[in-house]
Amino acid sequence: MQKFSGFSLIRQALSGHQGWQAQWRTPEPKASYDAIVVGGGGHGLGAAYYMAKEHGLKNIAVLERGWLGGGNTGRNTTIIRSNYLFDESAALFDHAVKLWEGLSQELNYNVMFSQRGVLMLAHTVHDVQSFKRHIHANRLNGVDNEWLSAEEAKEFCPPLNISPGMRYPVVGAALQRRGGVARHDAVAWGYARAADALGVDIIQNCEVTGIRRGVNGAVEGVETTKGFIGSKRIGVSAAGHTSVLMAMAGVRMPLESYPLQALVSEPVKPVFPCVVMSNTIHAYISQSDKGELVIGAGTDAYTSYSQRGALHIATHTLDAICELFPMFRRMRMLRNWGGIVDVTPDRSPIIGKTPVPGLFVNCGWGTGGFKATPGSAHVFAHTIATGEPHKINAPFTLERFRDGLMIDEAAAAAVAH
Amino acid sequence: MSRFRLPKGGRIDRARPISFRFDGKSYGGFVGDTLASALIANGVHLVGRSFKYHRPRGIMTAGADEMNALVGVGADQTRYTPNMRATLVELYHGLVAESQNRWPSLGFDVGAVNDFLSPFFPAGFYYKTFMWPKPAWKQLYEPVIRAAAGLGKAPTASDADRYMQCYAHCDVLVVGAGPAGLAAALAAAETGARVILCDEQREFGGSLLASDTDTAIDGLSAIEWVAKAVEALARHENVTLLTRTTAFGYYPHNFLGLIERVTDHVAQPDPALPRERLWQVRAKEVVLATGALERPLVFPENDRPGVMLADAARTYAARYAARPGTRAVIATAHDEAYRAALTLKQAGVQIAAIADMRPQAEGEWPAAARAAGIEVMTGTAITGTRGRMRVSGATLARIKGDGTAEKGEQFACDLVLMSGGFTPSVHLFSQSKGKLIYDEGLKAFVPGASPERNRSAGACAGETGLHATLESGYAAGEGAVRAAGFGGGLSGRSLTVTEKISAGGGFAGAVPHGRNPSFVKAFVDFQNDSTSKDIKLATREGFLSVEHVKRYTTTGMATDQGKTSNMNMLGILSDTLGKPIPEIGITTFRPPYTPVTFGAFAGMSRGELFDPARRTAIHDWAAEQGAAFEDVSLWKRAHYFPQAGEDMHAAVNRECKAVRESVGVFDASTLGKIEVVGPDAAEFMNRMYINAWTKLEPGRCRYGVMCREDGFVMDDGVVGRIAADRFHVTTTTGGAPAVLNMMEDYLQTEWPDLNVWLTSTTEQWAVIAVQGPNARKVLEPLVGDIDLSAAAMPHMSVREGHICGVQTRLFRVSFTGELGFEVNVPADYGRAVWEAIWASARRFDAVAYGTETMHVLRAEKGFIIVGQETDGTATPDDVGLTWAIGKLKKDFVGKRSLARAQMSNPQRKQLVGLLSLDNRSVLEEGAQIVANPNEPVPMAMIGHVTSSYWSSVLGHPIALAMVKGGRVRLGDTLHVPMPGKTLQVKVVEPVFFDKEGARLND
Ligand SMILES: Cc1cc2nc3c(=O)[nH]c(=O)nc-3n(C[C@H](O)[C@H](O)[C@H](O)COP(=O)(O)OP(=O)(O)OC[C@H]3O[C@@H](n4cnc5c(N)ncnc54)[C@H](O)[C@@H]3O)c2cc1C
Repeated sequence: MQKFSGFSLIRQALSGHQGWQAQWRTPEPKASYDAIVVGGGGHGLGAAYYMAKEHGLKNIAVLERGWLGGGNTGRNTTIIRSNYLFDESAALFDHAVKLWEGLSQELNYNVMFSQRGVLMLAHTVHDVQSFKRHIHANRLNGVDNEWLSAEEAKEFCPPLNISPGMRYPVVGAALQRRGGVARHDAVAWGYARAADALGVDIIQNCEVTGIRRGVNGAVEGVETTKGFIGSKRIGVSAAGHTSVLMAMAGVRMPLESYPLQALVSEPVKPVFPCVVMSNTIHAYISQSDKGELVIGAGTDAYTSYSQRGALHIATHTLDAICELFPMFRRMRMLRNWGGIVDVTPDRSPIIGKTPVPGLFVNCGWGTGGFKATPGSAHVFAHTIATGEPHKINAPFTLERFRDGLMIDEAAAAAVAH
Repeated sequence: MSRFRLPKGGRIDRARPISFRFDGKSYGGFVGDTLASALIANGVHLVGRSFKYHRPRGIMTAGADEMNALVGVGADQTRYTPNMRATLVELYHGLVAESQNRWPSLGFDVGAVNDFLSPFFPAGFYYKTFMWPKPAWKQLYEPVIRAAAGLGKAPTASDADRYMQCYAHCDVLVVGAGPAGLAAALAAAETGARVILCDEQREFGGSLLASDTDTAIDGLSAIEWVAKAVEALARHENVTLLTRTTAFGYYPHNFLGLIERVTDHVAQPDPALPRERLWQVRAKEVVLATGALERPLVFPENDRPGVMLADAARTYAARYAARPGTRAVIATAHDEAYRAALTLKQAGVQIAAIADMRPQAEGEWPAAARAAGIEVMTGTAITGTRGRMRVSGATLARIKGDGTAEKGEQFACDLVLMSGGFTPSVHLFSQSKGKLIYDEGLKAFVPGASPERNRSAGACAGETGLHATLESGYAAGEGAVRAAGFGGGLSGRSLTVTEKISAGGGFAGAVPHGRNPSFVKAFVDFQNDSTSKDIKLATREGFLSVEHVKRYTTTGMATDQGKTSNMNMLGILSDTLGKPIPEIGITTFRPPYTPVTFGAFAGMSRGELFDPARRTAIHDWAAEQGAAFEDVSLWKRAHYFPQAGEDMHAAVNRECKAVRESVGVFDASTLGKIEVVGPDAAEFMNRMYINAWTKLEPGRCRYGVMCREDGFVMDDGVVGRIAADRFHVTTTTGGAPAVLNMMEDYLQTEWPDLNVWLTSTTEQWAVIAVQGPNARKVLEPLVGDIDLSAAAMPHMSVREGHICGVQTRLFRVSFTGELGFEVNVPADYGRAVWEAIWASARRFDAVAYGTETMHVLRAEKGFIIVGQETDGTATPDDVGLTWAIGKLKKDFVGKRSLARAQMSNPQRKQLVGLLSLDNRSVLEEGAQIVANPNEPVPMAMIGHVTSSYWSSVLGHPIALAMVKGGRVRLGDTLHVPMPGKTLQVKVVEPVFFDKEGARLND
């Protein structure tokens, strides 16, 4: 792998940047692989990378029906935090944040992980109770999260409107300083480049159309738009389309897929220092390094696979933004898009084995899986490579819905993203 | 007048001069000018700086595609808007605008050093560096990158303007009022159909507003024809004409978003008017007549102020009477540039030469240009320009047989015009999920089939020539209105149009230049400074998909969203990868077409109207008493009633004592209420709630618990059986809508066989709770026809009768543990009855109490609050409600889930009480509970505090908690680690007061 650094950039500049190599190859699929990952988002590419790097598997392919990172990885608002309530979730998301902290160096690719702090606003007594519960649990789990008064919140985020006359006044906030944002495309590309360097075949424009199972029921490979590709180990990491893929192996998933929208404003000079989330009035906002205000909206009320959401959902988000930040009312929406998110009954992911031998699944990240990318990829790699879950993803089984061992973060706090 | 203002012509009103300021300097213009046309008429071309390299930039277009001339507009911060396209800003008297992204000034911008350092800043450079040393990203690199990025500055003050929204239905929505749109609207309007015609410009006419003097339609000049068409349309009552209105988004089922700019062009707007109006239109049929955008040519230094699109320059001269320069070099691959040359020549601009990349140019327009004595060089490309703040010369070179360029010849000029042909504006069509088809002749994509009911007409459908455009407009209008169900009234028409036809064609890609590619910049996306080099670099680095190239190089991601750069990017990719354009594909068009103000989406939804605040009939009374309120879902609830000098704790202590010792009155009106009626009402209740209802006698109540289908507690409330077929169901305050939704969902989708009606009655009843040992005495004198005695009306019963002469449903229920009644009266009588009860209660030293006291009193009794003790993960058994489950019922919502193995795990969290061992520390709600306080982090948490209060009645703090296996830990000491200290607690039964319930049954 050609090393990236300020020095290499200067050296290349002298030759008109003619010497840069492809960041990954464009190989044709082989007849078979030791392991196949379906889905070239951050989670899938990351899983291939960690399998190659930490589990010594060399003969791996990632199959992506479109272009790398073209799914939710390249569509999300990139909020990263780990101040989740339940022990299982805190462990999973904090594992990810720890990996985020060294990811640029690990991949030799600047993913621009920016720990500018995630501020979650409390508007009601109920919010306060819920946030305090999170803060206490996080502290005992070793995850940073602190309570700020409304005035302290305003100091941390000067554009915030904390006037008591608001319809839902800000009564305080929970702040995770280690939280922040990252550059989504760079995460996909960085993992792809690093995985490719370890020999992983990344095959784009290759849609999986069937999953072949042998007489004993175990997987034997996948049918694709580029032909049949054999493998005894298949990891599905296809976000909103997981149900479709799993159905190819005869597995019915406890998932519903909804459009989730985001939008950006035109770019402006730095005005917004951190990430602010308000679950009560449905607003999520940060400012990208490019200067755009990045705003997340809610999911549509109906399930769908069309990658766009309804106008009134975006409208509702923007009234909340204007309420919290009245000076942004004259800012303008530049681009609005949607992605399909896969939602489980308890709003926590499923990472693990399936009833089909050799078939593994990583899904159910819903509205908030970008933040987990390195952590999820890391434990999913372990699961595919060893056939057994890592201790961090052991609770996130498919069976928990049958057995009732839910990890219900949404119910606990009605928290998205 | 400036020598750049033509002495006559144009659509400006010379009788109405205007003065405005740009970067602190005062200029003059006319009504009808845009900021861009006025600046050009004043000879100003340097108006902005680019995003990355801070290169000086001028005005390149005359419309929505402008990527360079972005300005901040507004005299003060309450009305300041950044990033406005000068080409769309209408001039008004006193307008104040400033340039952006420069420091200290537009002419001298320190950031321009980036231009010299540009060899180190190719596409995606930031992915490759700034990684070392690690902490420097946060402390140094990112702050520097952030400060350098961004264009304008966001306003710092709250917006002073208002925004409105409206909804409309129509038979035919026509987007764009150029010749095609006007024709379509005329054809549709004749039938009496409801037609909406919108156009982003200040007046209808589109390209006809800049038409040549010798163009004629049916014997009229273009302008006359437009006026006549608009007049005809205005005569139809069913036609809505919207100027200054952009259709920005095409959503499923022919639902379109339109944004109307109402006052931005007015110096002193009528305060009654909103600044903008968001139209949400549902159209039976849509006609898209959105025109086409001219493509720039990608050649070295194609970005200098004074380089313009040919048709834009023509528009400035013809429509705005503004002369964009004195001597022009024109580079083209399309006939339209010849037309521009002729218009400009007429306007007194000297045409140095026309360089046409095509080997021949033999059409009507080139012939006319030659006839006018303009030098035409075919097979010739433009290979560079000179000048810094303004273009001062251009190089033209012959294209060799192998497609490369010879060394060129220099031409002095202060204007360079370019035309790579026209790209149909298929943005909305593509948003409708329509398929695009590549047209090799036009070198652009044109509309194919759409799943929506729409059709495209005119230039956006790839038509060229006015006659063809008008024809296609009429045809689209007729087709649409027929499809919308209107027959008749449509007449065939014959058109006569005098025009010269432009030969199509065009060019997409990078113009050959024969210079060292390492040292030149040929811009593809001007605003984002992405060059043809960047695109080639991306492909070298393996970014082969068009979406990847876009993201890696940021081409097409600037505020114009690729309007002028997409096709050139595709052309360069096609060359580099050796693949035809259709195989490369095109990036997705996303809404909005042009940026739309946040405030317009928010509309009136701000302040009080952000969410309706629900207030009870008794709210004003409470406010008059000085109550503090809290938000509970949409409701404002009285939180406590402080007397002079009291804080919340003092007030609550007093209120609690009074209820336990005498009586308190509480406004319970916010509780959700649902009337469940019908022959199958009891069966329905049996299925929805965990409880059994069949045997509940009319006149009796029961505490009901509802689970979600996953078996977790969703809501609770007292249910009174009013008659065999009628239940009065109450829900939590916040849960009411969700409960009703879930009930309806089951009723309509799972049990359509049940004969039951559901009606929300939350707003119908005001509910006054009278609680305390003296409660009966308070009510007795007011109630005529109900016997309140314990024998006649035991705990958990309901009676219908009258109070103060008003019809009531009177419940005997208690959420405090005291003798209690809840008086339901029609909401209109709520306040009167409340005041009567209050007057009666005053005889007993009563208090009015709020939600906080209610919480304390119920906690003393161990009554749960759904959403506080439960969090969506608690089963009925977890919170001690197993007794409520109707054991003999075959089924109820959640029953199957409750049978899952883990639901009866003895280690689940269970409801318990906690007492602080020190007898004085009030625990913090949400605090975590551990068994071993000395464990290092991460500690094993076995529970959490759900409710915690100081009990003035008991004289010590109390708390409720959910603790793993809590019911077998009664008597144990557990620990609550807080920052800096750990508190000890004893686990007790979750009932602290009147365990036997004697007071309740009094
Ligand atoms: C608008 C929006 C905002 C969001 N905001 C946040 C946020 O702020 N913070 C956060 O943490 N999370 C957020 N999320 C969620 C987050 O984006 C996702 O959870 C996460 O990116 C999922 O990554 P992934 O790699 O699993 O999925 P994806 O990136 O979607 O990758 C799945 C891939 O599978 C491919 N695929 C599907 N079917 C097939 C097939 N048959 N054959 C081959 N390939 C196939 C797809 O093309 C896709 O590339 C947001 C999501 C959206 C849509």
